[in-house]
Amino acid sequence: MDFIMQPWEWYVAGPVISFVMFLLYYFGERFGVSSNLETFCSIGGAGKFVNYFKIDWRENLWNLIFIAGSIAGGFIASNYLTTTDAVAINPQTVKDLADIGIMNAGQTYLPDEIFSIDTMLTLKGFAILIIAGFLVGFGARWAGGCTSGHAIVGLSNLELASLIAVIGFFIGGLIMTWLILPLIF
Amino acid sequence: MKYIKFFLVGILFGIVMSKAEIISWYRIYEMFKFQSFHMYGIIGSAIVLGMISMFLFKKKMVKTFKGDDIHVMPKKEGLSRNLLGGILFGLGWALAGACPGPMFVLIGKGVVSILVVIFGATLGAFFYGLFKDKLPN
Repeated sequence: MDFIMQPWEWYVAGPVISFVMFLLYYFGERFGVSSNLETFCSIGGAGKFVNYFKIDWRENLWNLIFIAGSIAGGFIASNYLTTTDAVAINPQTVKDLADIGIMNAGQTYLPDEIFSIDTMLTLKGFAILIIAGFLVGFGARWAGGCTSGHAIVGLSNLELASLIAVIGFFIGGLIMTWLILPLIF
Repeated sequence: MKYIKFFLVGILFGIVMSKAEIISWYRIYEMFKFQSFHMYGIIGSAIVLGMISMFLFKKKMVKTFKGDDIHVMPKKEGLSRNLLGGILFGLGWALAGACPGPMFVLIGKGVVSILVVIFGATLGAFFYGLFKDKLPN
């Protein structure tokens, strides 16, 4: 049980994620989380404004069930399979974060400076959360996939489109981490 | 009943994302700072094993549980689409510290503020649909 309760190493997590992908194809579907965002739009009636969203969302029901399962998995893991919320990140990362105004990095699972309820209820905090989400949603759908569909499935399948997209993910991620985050907090 | 298997696979996905700390904002920051091998090891090993899965699917050595061939739909080609969309996604990934999968897992962890991020992401997908014909491919 100790093995389960500890944080899992990369060489456990990577193969398990690959197995998740394998199972979804074995069950006749595919691995791609961001397309659920479009399904939300369709369910919410976006098809009335934009033809693109006029789809029968029931065809994607399996994927909604998959993310419902992942919510349950997150609940099970954090309530029953975890002893501490601390994340053992590199001490240098902790220092770098303190320098840009994010304190006590790694002692909690997520930084309060972004995710606490108090931060969420400020104008700046709310804007950061909305903008971050917007970029993820808009970018993922424009690129045609996110980390699951492009980085894992696409690269496994040796697709040039996915290589270009993943290079884009890193260009954006490096710009945000090295240039923009230091200006925000 | 045919949906239960997807729920169970989702549970496995949610547990591994939580237990390997992939849903922690700090792990994403650390990755983009190149200060840990953790995330690279996870994504890299998933891809290497994924290649084996893809090989088995293509050679028809593995079929679906119903016995059908498995075809992996190729992604849409296009430099602008993939690069520019990818860059916007990357900016959001590093700011939110979460891509779409982890966003949902974080709900299960009880992180209320992630609902705002998911709302933003849905809005982003809607605006993509609204402007998709005007965007370069």
